[in-house]
Amino acid sequence: MWWKERCIACKECQNVCPQTAISFSPEFALDRKKCDLCRECTIVCPSGALQIVGEDMTVPQVLKEIEKDTIFYDESGGGVTFSGGEPLMQPDFLYTLLKECQSQSIHTAVDTCGYAHSKILLRISEQVDLFLYDVKVINDETHKETTGVSNRLILENLKMLSHKDIIVRFPLIGGLNDSEKDIAELGEFLSSLKTIKTVSILPYHRGGAGKAARLLNPQPHFVGEPPSAETLDAITEKLKNFGLQVSIGG
Amino acid sequence: MISERVLQLRAQSVTATPFISTERAELLTEFYAKSGPVSTPVARASAFKYILEHKKIYIGEGELIVGERGPSPKATPTYPELCCHTLDDLEVLASREMQPFSVDEDTKKCYREKIIPFWQGKTMRERVFAAMSKEWMDAFHAGVFTEFMEQRAPGHAVLDNKIYRKGLQDFIREIHEQLHNLDYFNDLKAYEKEQELKAMEIAARALVTYANRHAENARELAAAEKNPQRKEELEKIADICSHVPAHAPRTFWEALQMYWFVHLGVITELNVWDSFNPGRLDQHLYPFYQKDLEEGRLTKEMARELLQCFWIKFNNQPAPPKVDITEEQSGTYQDFALLNVGGLTEKGEDAVCELSYMILEVVEEMRLIMPSACVQLSSKNADRFLKKAIHVIKQGFGQPSIFNTDVIMQEFLHAGKSMNDARAGGPSGCVTISAFGKESCTLTGYCNWPKILEITLHNGIDPKTGNRVGLQTGDPSSFTFEELLSAYKKQLKHFVDIKVKGNNIIERLYAQYMPAPFMSLLVDDCVKKGKDYHDGGPRYNSTYIQGVGIGTLTDSLSAVKYHVFDKKTMTMEELLDALQGNFASEKVRQMLVNETPAYGNDDEYADGVAQEVFEAYFSVIDGRPNTKGGTYRVNLLPTTVHIYFGQVTGATPNGRKAGEPLSDGISPSQGADIHGPTAVIKSAAKIDHARTGGTLLNQKFMPQLLQDEAGITNLAHLVRTYFRLGGHHIQFNVADAKTLRDAQQHPEKYRDLIVRVAGYSDYFVDIGKKLQDEIIARTEQQHF
Repeated sequence: MWWKERCIACKECQNVCPQTAISFSPEFALDRKKCDLCRECTIVCPSGALQIVGEDMTVPQVLKEIEKDTIFYDESGGGVTFSGGEPLMQPDFLYTLLKECQSQSIHTAVDTCGYAHSKILLRISEQVDLFLYDVKVINDETHKETTGVSNRLILENLKMLSHKDIIVRFPLIGGLNDSEKDIAELGEFLSSLKTIKTVSILPYHRGGAGKAARLLNPQPHFVGEPPSAETLDAITEKLKNFGLQVSIGG
Repeated sequence: MISERVLQLRAQSVTATPFISTERAELLTEFYAKSGPVSTPVARASAFKYILEHKKIYIGEGELIVGERGPSPKATPTYPELCCHTLDDLEVLASREMQPFSVDEDTKKCYREKIIPFWQGKTMRERVFAAMSKEWMDAFHAGVFTEFMEQRAPGHAVLDNKIYRKGLQDFIREIHEQLHNLDYFNDLKAYEKEQELKAMEIAARALVTYANRHAENARELAAAEKNPQRKEELEKIADICSHVPAHAPRTFWEALQMYWFVHLGVITELNVWDSFNPGRLDQHLYPFYQKDLEEGRLTKEMARELLQCFWIKFNNQPAPPKVDITEEQSGTYQDFALLNVGGLTEKGEDAVCELSYMILEVVEEMRLIMPSACVQLSSKNADRFLKKAIHVIKQGFGQPSIFNTDVIMQEFLHAGKSMNDARAGGPSGCVTISAFGKESCTLTGYCNWPKILEITLHNGIDPKTGNRVGLQTGDPSSFTFEELLSAYKKQLKHFVDIKVKGNNIIERLYAQYMPAPFMSLLVDDCVKKGKDYHDGGPRYNSTYIQGVGIGTLTDSLSAVKYHVFDKKTMTMEELLDALQGNFASEKVRQMLVNETPAYGNDDEYADGVAQEVFEAYFSVIDGRPNTKGGTYRVNLLPTTVHIYFGQVTGATPNGRKAGEPLSDGISPSQGADIHGPTAVIKSAAKIDHARTGGTLLNQKFMPQLLQDEAGITNLAHLVRTYFRLGGHHIQFNVADAKTLRDAQQHPEKYRDLIVRVAGYSDYFVDIGKKLQDEIIARTEQQHF
């Protein structure tokens, strides 16, 4: 990741790169095809403009970070949320961490898109207190178009987990998943699961554009419309009519 | 709901320009020109009496609480016996950008012809500087420490509940008892005690006379008043002023007016170095409030309006004009009255009452910089109370700040206070605790920790001037990290010794030349001991030297340890060169900023250094005797001195450039806390607050974080967690950087914008560009 506003153009990264993947013309540019993620550039960057996002950590290291915050969980009744990316990409690591947390009575939540092998999800569900579960688009065609996969497995998994505490997270994107039909189908499906009490509507925002730029993606893959306040209110009401608790944001 | 009356009084208070009034200086000069051969305390009390007998009485249109320090709101007296401003000073006061005071031609003439010729050469300021050693003066001018008492008198006293139970007639009876019991045969101090007690009596009678003058004036105004409602009010005011302060108040209204007269007495007697206030206002007023409501004398609306009028009176009295370094270290009109609500009763029960809530609402409605209000939060206080406070904080003018009663109790007990005195006490000024009504808690000046490191890194030389101000502790390029720390500690001890020695002399100067008989009347056990407030009369006498720059110093030492010794990314010579050149290489600076483990991130490496530098400071100060029978203690707060200290301190190893502000209070270096407020709190709580007399932690939040109940609940959890971890104080600025930048560009649009600076709030447009920039730069916390 490259932070334009932090870069002082000292060119240390260019000098150190063994793959000659970095150039300044005049602004920093990275040839991702050449880059082999050796991290040399991020080590020499004095201003913190170049970063590898994420670190390799062991279970005890992650636990130590979690334990730093336990006093806050005690006070607020909160806990730890594993999100991502997608935490189910590392099921064994996640499973071990969840087990450790459970043994220390730390409340756990897993924030997932639900696109995972049912067996994996079921195994994880034994150790987790709460799922934050994305239902992005109820219309399968649109789901395929925008995410590249069908939502069938996701919805099946959600049904399978509906004995657990689940907060469904629904990103509301103007013109994409906000039609009468979309909302009616979503409401019907979720209310049919009975145990799902809360739906968090996440109004689409363009906050990702800055991140896309930092990732040196000139063209974000997807650009949507933030919903208007009226739409947001109307959809909240509609979902409430299905007997669901609705919150905005979260 | 704010009445038309209050709106008008508030508008008048907010829009009036502070100006210099020569009234007090002239009356004082007249008195001393004629004064006979009497003892110093009696002369001081008689001067006080002369001023109160002759000063103009002001009862403003619509006012319910009456009395002004000067002839009208925002008229600001001077105290030439302490600091006699020169004509140049007056020019500076009138023309400076920040905290200006209008000075008219008559004022200058009066100064030129009467005040300066009489006082020059006889002031406390001149006595103080004349009594200081060369090494003290060198360190003072290098910006190693500041000196509160060079132009203002020791203050920082807060009142307990005695003035609501007793009138000044009762005080006088107690004085007579003490006079009667004086033993001139066996008590070698009997004469001194007699003079001090007589002075207290003169001062007490003077305030009663002053109140009676208000009663007379109110009666005259009532007689001439056409509006029947106002006529009735003026008659009521006349009755109240005839009753208090001579007698104990009987009603809510009288209680407020009682306090106000006492307040005016204190700030007329001397320009006490700030903070005088009623303390636990909710508890003091509650019995009157209940009784008046029950007996149908008061409605809740009337109570609220009276409180609002009371608030405006504080705002009418800007801090007396400061000049030179004292202005730099505390550049504000704010006089640091910090009212307390909540906390515990003397019996240790939950002290939150209906009035605690009403006072918080008044704070919100009045939006004034003075008085400041804080909440004391005990684990016994309900979350509802904390959330109410956060609702007010959310308005974004920096009030109230929040204090941890449970840790304050430990701090008091560590300092040897009784449980009852501890429970009746609390924070005053910015954050420093005192036993209300029983303590002289003197803040003597700030100590610039990063400057001491800079001097250590130059083997005792101040690189700014090339002068030797410190010890020769050796060439740092040959040091191990432990040797560097040990050299720093030697320099610290050296400067603290110089400061303590200076303080001990200044304390005696005030005891000898500047007794405060009126203040002494109010603080236990001055009457009982027959001793002045400045001379150990109070039950407790604490002296503080405020440590500044823990964030900057910690990160600087952490940078040296990490880069020079652990990772060896640079040598000590290379680092010193970089500092010398104020970071000619931005690359080196960026590395120091971005790759140093920094305080404020719950990082053991850096926080361990923070603990070590705190202990170093604590061990050279805590428990040392002062000259008043008390001891020295430490506290960590900055007012605005981190700006001034930054100006005199060169580049520091944490990547801070020369001249930039130091970190404030115990807050992390500006922008160094990158792991959110929970990490800041964990780091800050690693300092042992229970052994201090106060610490100050600033946190800045964007308003959207507190938009809904969930946000408020989150903040409440954050505060409670900090307090569980033993934090002393936390305060919040709630304004986004965009708003602040716009306010910098268009100050005219933001006259009302109040921000939390240090232990107080101020108008953003009034605080100077540097401090504005600094507040904008304080890390904006976007996530919990």
